[in-house]
Amino acid sequence: MSGCGECKGCSTGGESKIKNADYTIALAGNANVGKSVIFNQLTGVDQIIGNWPGKTVERAEGLLLHKGKRIRVIDLPGIYSFSTYSMEELVSRDFIALEHPDAVINVIDASALERNLFFTIQLLELAPPLMIAVNQIDLAEKKGITIDNAKLSTLLGVPVVPTVAIRGKGIPALTDAITGLMQDHPVPPVLRYGKEVEERIGKIISLLDTVTTPYPVRWTAIKLLERDPAIVQLINGQAPGIAETAGSLAGEIESIHGEPVCVVMSAERYQIADRIAAEVITMRSPGEGPQKKSLNDKLDAVALHPVLGYLAIIAVIGGLLLWTFLIGAQVSAFLTSFLSQFEQYEPVVSGPLMDILWNGAFTGFIAGVTLVIPYVLPFYILLAVIEDSGYLTRISVMLDRGMHKLGLHGKAIIPLILGYGCNVPAIYSCRIMETPKQKTLAAFLVTLVPCTARTVVILGLVAAFVNIWWALALYAFDILLIIVAGRVAFKVMPGESVGLIMEMADYHIPSLSVVLKQTWARTKSLIWIVFPAYIIGSAVLQGFYAAGLLNPVNDLLAPVTVLWLGLPAIIGITLIFGIIRKELTILTLAVIFHTTNFATVLSPVQLIVLALVSMLYIPCISVILVLASEFGWKKALAISATEIVMAIAIGGIAFRVLGLWM
Amino acid sequence: MAQEQVEEYLEAIYDLESRNGSAKTTAIAKCLKVAPASVTEVLKSLSDKGFVQYEPYQGATLTEEGKKIADTIKRKHRLLEVFLTDVVKLNQEKVHDEACRMEHTISEETEDALCRMLDAPAHCPHGSPISPCNKGVGSCAECDSAGKTDMPVAIRDKKIIPITDLNPEQKSRIAFIRGDCKVVQRLSDLGLTLGTNVSILKKTPMGGPVEILVRRTKLAIDHAIAENIFIESPGPGET
Repeated sequence: MSGCGECKGCSTGGESKIKNADYTIALAGNANVGKSVIFNQLTGVDQIIGNWPGKTVERAEGLLLHKGKRIRVIDLPGIYSFSTYSMEELVSRDFIALEHPDAVINVIDASALERNLFFTIQLLELAPPLMIAVNQIDLAEKKGITIDNAKLSTLLGVPVVPTVAIRGKGIPALTDAITGLMQDHPVPPVLRYGKEVEERIGKIISLLDTVTTPYPVRWTAIKLLERDPAIVQLINGQAPGIAETAGSLAGEIESIHGEPVCVVMSAERYQIADRIAAEVITMRSPGEGPQKKSLNDKLDAVALHPVLGYLAIIAVIGGLLLWTFLIGAQVSAFLTSFLSQFEQYEPVVSGPLMDILWNGAFTGFIAGVTLVIPYVLPFYILLAVIEDSGYLTRISVMLDRGMHKLGLHGKAIIPLILGYGCNVPAIYSCRIMETPKQKTLAAFLVTLVPCTARTVVILGLVAAFVNIWWALALYAFDILLIIVAGRVAFKVMPGESVGLIMEMADYHIPSLSVVLKQTWARTKSLIWIVFPAYIIGSAVLQGFYAAGLLNPVNDLLAPVTVLWLGLPAIIGITLIFGIIRKELTILTLAVIFHTTNFATVLSPVQLIVLALVSMLYIPCISVILVLASEFGWKKALAISATEIVMAIAIGGIAFRVLGLWM
Repeated sequence: MAQEQVEEYLEAIYDLESRNGSAKTTAIAKCLKVAPASVTEVLKSLSDKGFVQYEPYQGATLTEEGKKIADTIKRKHRLLEVFLTDVVKLNQEKVHDEACRMEHTISEETEDALCRMLDAPAHCPHGSPISPCNKGVGSCAECDSAGKTDMPVAIRDKKIIPITDLNPEQKSRIAFIRGDCKVVQRLSDLGLTLGTNVSILKKTPMGGPVEILVRRTKLAIDHAIAENIFIESPGPGET
């Protein structure tokens, strides 16, 4: 589940950022096989993480210097097949077929050879210069699995290098093999399917003389037989009859095997994979090896236990949040007092326009620094550790049932947890969901999760001046609201949802490089989107302030703020400021009231209502931008509008209900 | 004894047995609204036919043969309930009784056609599971294409059960996957192809996902998807 990719926006236009590369190579393989670790080992720090052009799929590339050559390394998404199940699969196969990398390294997990070879077989059909890194051989050895690499190399006709990437073992051999591969260009033998399938592939190949595609002929024939929509469309554009013939050949296979042709092909590939695996694997017989429960099983006995499992989740997530905010508050206070030596947050209302704007921009920058470094960064580092250890998949399994209530499944817990740091990377991480409906739904719910900025508001208003229990009650209410909003949105939104199908990788000690890379990928989107929004937004607001637009705005909003929500009219402008940066609500309030002791100016009910409304009323401007880039403006604005209405309604009700006994 | 009566009895015993472990004469009488004395008589005759095991005063349990018939009837009953609810839009209260009468008269062919038309539903409107058919097909798509071409489909000789009925550490082979093409494709990409050995590692409570082991890979699968993965029922001694 690692490397799901939340960053975006740095590499636009699709052209490579790494200039003057002599060669381009790609890493391909299943998820959870240590592909990212090998990528990090090969490329070091020189990495660019962006998007595939026009797609919401992460693209990571780096530079490998080897024997004086500059080699561009592309880390393809972790996938299990080249069907059209997901955008990741389409992007990967088009990269290999159309951009002709000089070498493709297929990273495979030694412990699950069959499943990995299933993908290798499909890679071979695309016919790039291919080699294999059999990774995690140490873990396989522990399970009693030994792989004959030389034999595997002979059977597949490609170089095979054993590695333990996490400890750097086999990486020099791998780089040597890459150079070797680019010089030798070995031609691997064709792996043949069963007779019925092979005959029909032959027939289709003979028809393909008249068309030209960028793909290998045999691969095109196989995809036509599988009724692959993209390839059928491509061929139909050139010679309409062929796909039809292929379709009827596929129909013949379906009536022989009695299954959809794509499933027949999967079964055929697994047959080949099983055969190869059986030839190269030596299993230590159960008598010799240690038969006691592995550490993995022991951990799972707790993590997936019907009672202990939930306690573990509460402990881990609670610990994560507590750690972040206890540490964060200290560091933030320190940073703020340190930075306030340079500039005070005080709207400048007179002087040259440039000074006013500069003042705004600078305070925006400070706000970003005092939020991101103390809160978001530690949160994401610890979360990446939890994620890389494999525990997050267990949380997904345990909470799957509950997430069904929100119309989602277990995996969606990842964006939701990420949301407590900052909503922006959390929304990017909604890409791990399968269908467009589930992606949008998850993103909508993420925007209801109080991020660190909103936590600052809740803690600063309610925990500080009412009491901590009311602050916690607001969090509890928020979770309840997410559940209700999820259920309603699930019913209202069109589209399909699919259930959880997820690999349960073994636990392992988190790798520092993967943790740092993941943290960076997430924090980076903050720097590219949140910081500019903070800086520009603050400057603009400062301009507004100077232009004397505050009172008219307050008056305009008074019916809502004063009459319905029971707040002072001055709150109107703080709520407008809050759209730019949620924590500005509190800062502006301090400036306007000339005090940081809000208890003297607002009643407890007002404090709670204000915190509640700030928590819900609209995603901040960065979030709206990200929603628009991931889902389009229509959905971004629909979500924002829904939340404004919801927050005002709930705030007004809260004002009246709380007023009864406070 | 009329076939319909046999089926009604077997169905009642099936329900009572799954609820209480065995079906007492009095309970059957109450369920079918007949006199206990006539129940005893029918049970004896069913026992002679080899459909039930009957011990006076202990009650009756279904034999394998009897269970097979009851299974088919239950399947027809629940398919009909889906049909009457979703297609005919009959009043909810009448659905059960109506299905009760129709279940004895529809042919196997109609049962298959219903199943195909309703896209092989997994549950009846009341939430009870609809067991898969006993055809020798690997997926519903296969049944679909067979239905179009009138191709004869062999009958499966082994009993199949959803993978969720397997106990942890038990092992069996995949016989049939019910569901839409995308899910079936995804599962087969991950190694769940027909005839593959699978075992259950863990079931989570309250219908949470199940963890299965296939080709050395551990997968967590949504309960509703797993319910539609059918395996050959392992014999009592096998593990």
